[in-house]
Amino acid sequence: MVSQFGFVLLFMIAGIFLVLLVLGIARILRPSRPNPEKNAIYESGEETEGTAHVSFNLRFYIVALIFILFDVELVLLFPWASVFGDKALFDDTKGVWAIYAGIEMFIFVFVLALGLVYAWKKGHLDWIKPSQEETNFKSPVPKELYKDINEKYA
Amino acid sequence: MEFILLIKGLIILTIFALSLGIAAYETYFERVIAAYIQDRVGPDRAGPFGILQPLADAGKLFFKEDFIPTLADKGLFIIGPGIAMLTALMSSAVIPFGDTLLIKGQYIPVQGMDVNIGILWVFGIVSLGVYGILIGGWASNNKYSLYGAIRAASQNISYELAMGITLLSVIVVTGSLSIRTIVGLQHGIDWNIFYQPVGFLIFVTCSLAECNRTPFDLPESENELVAGYHTEYGSMKLGLYLFSEYVNMFISSAIIASLFLGAYNYPGMDFVHSFLTGKLGESFGHNLATVLGILVYILKIFFFIFVFMWVRWTLPRFKYDQLMNMAWKWMMPLSIVNLIIVAAAELSPYPLLFNYIGLAIFAFLYFGSRTVYNNKKSKL
Amino acid sequence: MHFLEIIKNLSLVQWAFYFLSILTLYGALGTILSKNPIHSVIYLVVTFFSISGIYIMLNAQFLAAVNVIVYAGAIMVLFLFVLMFLNLKEESTEMKTSPMLIAAVSTGLLLGLILIATIRKAEITRVNYNDFDPNTGLIETLGMVLYKNYMLPFELVSVLFLVAMSGAILLGKREKGESHF
Repeated sequence: MVSQFGFVLLFMIAGIFLVLLVLGIARILRPSRPNPEKNAIYESGEETEGTAHVSFNLRFYIVALIFILFDVELVLLFPWASVFGDKALFDDTKGVWAIYAGIEMFIFVFVLALGLVYAWKKGHLDWIKPSQEETNFKSPVPKELYKDINEKYA
Repeated sequence: MEFILLIKGLIILTIFALSLGIAAYETYFERVIAAYIQDRVGPDRAGPFGILQPLADAGKLFFKEDFIPTLADKGLFIIGPGIAMLTALMSSAVIPFGDTLLIKGQYIPVQGMDVNIGILWVFGIVSLGVYGILIGGWASNNKYSLYGAIRAASQNISYELAMGITLLSVIVVTGSLSIRTIVGLQHGIDWNIFYQPVGFLIFVTCSLAECNRTPFDLPESENELVAGYHTEYGSMKLGLYLFSEYVNMFISSAIIASLFLGAYNYPGMDFVHSFLTGKLGESFGHNLATVLGILVYILKIFFFIFVFMWVRWTLPRFKYDQLMNMAWKWMMPLSIVNLIIVAAAELSPYPLLFNYIGLAIFAFLYFGSRTVYNNKKSKL
Repeated sequence: MHFLEIIKNLSLVQWAFYFLSILTLYGALGTILSKNPIHSVIYLVVTFFSISGIYIMLNAQFLAAVNVIVYAGAIMVLFLFVLMFLNLKEESTEMKTSPMLIAAVSTGLLLGLILIATIRKAEITRVNYNDFDPNTGLIETLGMVLYKNYMLPFELVSVLFLVAMSGAILLGKREKGESHF
């Protein structure tokens, strides 16, 4: 089995080699005539203001945090899943195994779901929507129509 | 010793050539299918029916000038696309392309490697796939790129969870994490899709999201972020990013086909095998049957690649809040329910029947409670 | 000459081990030596990945997979997010005052000394190769052990996660009037 993983190492080295090869060939073939205009950051034709390394919405961080917790829980469930439907154990215990495994699974998954429900109820799964401001523009379309559509696709 | 290394090297080369070749022709098929759906001609200049188009594209990418923005982080700017490509290629090591080949009395499995943790390997590599985009987007020092990269990372990790829970329900049925064993248990037409149709749908949706394909291509949505995380990229670095997306598509199609559609299994395969071995002799017949299996597998893979493209030209892009809601409020609960139903059915005497009974009960409870809730609301 | 002899006689497994070890050390050194925190995180990912390789050489496959999925795939993404969120400047990581430097070095040396002393005193139990079960690290074995011997801790872990989840949610509580962009 270890030799199978040795294959992975070879695979990885071959992959790195391939990427380097492709980039190397491109480097030899392509022209290189840089100038300050070309090397400027693209911002739809505008001059860039400041650096792009700015703080962004905290929401992404919370998503990552919740993700880690579920991910660890998920990983712990893998050994459980691999012995869950074991036919030999099932026959040995004359079906008691089914109840035992079922209850254990249910408790663990229930707690997993509880965490999800908690995060949901606390509003952490809701993405912030920008607040919409009303304008003075008088539209010939009645507002109720917009309201209906907004409710339909909310 | 050298002989084994040579064989392994040949296998690696074959797998690389296969993934890259299929990925290259995916770009062609994408254009052809797009042209067909939009009722136009599509590529037809390079070679007959334009089949040399991928080569022309690759040549163009090789000869394009490449510049690194002055403010960019140079090292990471180059490493980013490399990691994206590497992670895309790595998961192809465990795909079981076919049954065994009988050469000189030895059965050689047609697979890069068969490990006990095959699925976990794929899952791990998928979770590493975020880095290619995140690093590239950050290193560009471009606001569009950074937004694209962060969106991509957030989206990938959100859909990874539902994907993982669906994988769990597959493992509950098969009891093994080795992809070859999982495929072996779906002999004939005993495919997993019949045991867990909901899991299949969730898995396909999550793979679409993991590949950043169209209804989920927020990281590179051109009307908000120019080109998303690869705005600053050009030449072969851009090529690596684009190519890794197509390799990912091929590999996720292969994984879907092997987890849910039995990979190289097809109805009547035992009959074909015994017929061929009877007619053509043990060794040649067995090999021919295996090759038939490989063809069936590739057909299934191409079917899913077609579905990916079909979806791309059919569905509009989601909004970001819709995307996150779908991951956390639809996919997650649904996959947990699916896991419970599949596990409970697995413990019952008739898994297939009880699975559908469980789904029917769930659907009844869900829609029933929703109707009751809506009725109450309308009365108020 | 002696050194070359040793290199010549290395087996394939030893080659793999030394390769992974050097990669691990390279990643670890890169983590603490690079000035840019984002670079540090990426070096750390390299370290985790190569440590996973070493786990695999010990036939602890599940541990290796978990290491890649949880540490390299999840926690490091969070680290990257945090670093991008905090927007650390490169200059802020520079040590300028010499008292700080002296304190850090002496603390590190003391910690190293304690570690070495402890490891020297510790009893190292050697595994008997003959009756060692090579399947110990496989996922099926782990599943059986979790079911049979550690059933209650396993369930309690899920409660622990629930507590951690509520902590995470408390951290991300939105203040009134807080603005995001």
